[in-house]
Amino acid sequence: MKEARVLVNNKVGLHARPAALFVQTASKFQSEVNVSCVDPKEDKLRTANAKSILGILTLGVFQGIEITITADGADEEDAVKALVELVENNFGEEA
Amino acid sequence: MKKLNGVAASRGICIGPAFQFLRIELNTEKKDIIDTDAELIRLNDALNSAKNQIEAIYQKALVEAGEADAEIFQAHKMILDDPEFITAIRTRIENEKINSEFAVSETAKSFAATMAAIEDEYFAARATDIMDVANRVLRALMKIAESPTEGLHEPSIIVADDLTPSDTVLLDKSLVLGFCIAQGSATSHTAILARGLGLPAIAGVGDEIIKVLSGTKLIVDGTKGEVVIDPDTQTEQIYRQRLETSRNVQTEALKFAHDVAQTKDGVEFEIVANIGNVEDAKFAVENGAEGVGLLRTEFLYLERNSLPTEEEQYQAYKAILDVFGDRPVVLRTLDVGGDKEIPYLNLPKEMNPFLGERAIRLCLNRPDIFKPQLRAALRAGVGHNLKIMFPMVATLSDVRVAKAVVEECKAELTAESIAFARNAEIGIMVEIPSAAVVADQLAKEVDFFSIGTNDLSQYTMAADRTNPKVAELSDAFQPAVLRLIKMVIDAAHQEKKWVGMCGELAGEPLAAPILIGLGLDEFSMSPPFIPLVKQIIRNLDSQDMIALAQGALALESPKEIQQFVKKEIPFIGEIIS
Repeated sequence: MKEARVLVNNKVGLHARPAALFVQTASKFQSEVNVSCVDPKEDKLRTANAKSILGILTLGVFQGIEITITADGADEEDAVKALVELVENNFGEEA
Repeated sequence: MKKLNGVAASRGICIGPAFQFLRIELNTEKKDIIDTDAELIRLNDALNSAKNQIEAIYQKALVEAGEADAEIFQAHKMILDDPEFITAIRTRIENEKINSEFAVSETAKSFAATMAAIEDEYFAARATDIMDVANRVLRALMKIAESPTEGLHEPSIIVADDLTPSDTVLLDKSLVLGFCIAQGSATSHTAILARGLGLPAIAGVGDEIIKVLSGTKLIVDGTKGEVVIDPDTQTEQIYRQRLETSRNVQTEALKFAHDVAQTKDGVEFEIVANIGNVEDAKFAVENGAEGVGLLRTEFLYLERNSLPTEEEQYQAYKAILDVFGDRPVVLRTLDVGGDKEIPYLNLPKEMNPFLGERAIRLCLNRPDIFKPQLRAALRAGVGHNLKIMFPMVATLSDVRVAKAVVEECKAELTAESIAFARNAEIGIMVEIPSAAVVADQLAKEVDFFSIGTNDLSQYTMAADRTNPKVAELSDAFQPAVLRLIKMVIDAAHQEKKWVGMCGELAGEPLAAPILIGLGLDEFSMSPPFIPLVKQIIRNLDSQDMIALAQGALALESPKEIQQFVKKEIPFIGEIIS
């Protein structure tokens, strides 16, 4: 299993187009990929399937929230790397 | 035979069979099943067929409406591919031994409820998406025609409660003669679409029209705002003659569409188009538009989940500006308010959205919306003849503050070494009576005016033009409105500034002589009206029209004014019949 933490810094967070890009990228890999973050309101850890657009949206990741990406499977290393890069590049948006 | 009245939403006459644009209720009753494997295969087939449909709509929307509008269908595709959603449906079928219809509907409802529970309009919109997708899968399961337009095989008049943008994407425009809408108004999506296509439309006809069977013969008079159901032979004959005349006139005018609009005494007027996207732009050029007098930018903001980025807007504006080369294009900054559904803007509901925080008022309060648009426009204007126009200006301070924001954007772009149109003219729409009254002061601050007669009429007359009961009051031929128009034109010319008009009056044949007489410089209208207005102008003498305009402005009602023009210039009366 591979894991990485990354700060979501783009304007809308994991919503709209960035959420779609994130899910599309995760879906390219065979590994099981999950995203978790601490819900700032409830102060508890929540996890969603990174290949599910509905799961990602309901996770409610806004700008400034740190997420943990975990992948488990044959291509876990590449999956985590690709997703971290996407987030770090602000999904190609202007920051 | 029966006649119903509504609001005239798009000029012209059409005769043909009604086509009821209906949404069918789907039956999602729970049924127990025995063979879950067979049920899962049935579900799978339906999912695949739904995916193919969405892909087809997506491709169609890409071509017809552009990437921003098509994005919504991309989101639908992702929901259908969502492993959590699909697994939840499958699990229900397997565990509870129930039919796919019930499993799809219940699962979708529960996902939608989760979204809707988050108190944010963005998520509320996603809940709608989930239900849309679920309904598509249900239709596939029940083998119900893919869309409400299935069965539209001959040119027909589309009858509907109201149409949404995604409905109109589905319509094969070559099979649409016109529109007859039970709800809606002259400013609704359908009305704007109809005017852009040059098709007749009436709105606000009432529920009775929905009961008319598909195939029933209708006559829609979009000029008068009247629909005739099942006309008798004599009535149909009269309308057919009018239709024939107007077709001949249009065909004749189209031959000369690309010639300039020069009066008999050699004065040239600029005839340009109102457009809302790249497709319109091409259509405008075909109809002889010499540029764009009103580029509506709202299309970039509707039917999506977040603000368009500066880059996205830049690309969209550039694509349109490229169509026009060095001919003028007047870009109007975002003109929305509480009445338009743009969930991600989080605009509060207002009692009177048309008197509320809309257009420039909203933009001045929201630099996050205004600045990316201005930057994108300034950048796209490089190498083109771009002009920027602010809607709904009420005071001198509105213009000054907006201009300061433009300067701020220019300074930023300079600092970032990004090329932009340094000399883009800045103008305003004159559509609020206060702006017309202080036009002499405003003229000193801007490069041009464009008179928005639709709003100017309704604000001047205090009559909502979407309300059939008072729509007649809200008429640009009202003496009060025409006098304001004269004030605005005179004030601009005093400061040596040019004045255009982008309201419906500009494309109105009977208004052309008056507007020529008042000295309007630029006429901007829906592309289909251009050839005819050019033709009319060519047959007028500008000096004579000065006297005619004076005479018209002394009259006492819209009716008197129109009759006066018809009497003075008989050929116009004949061609518009």
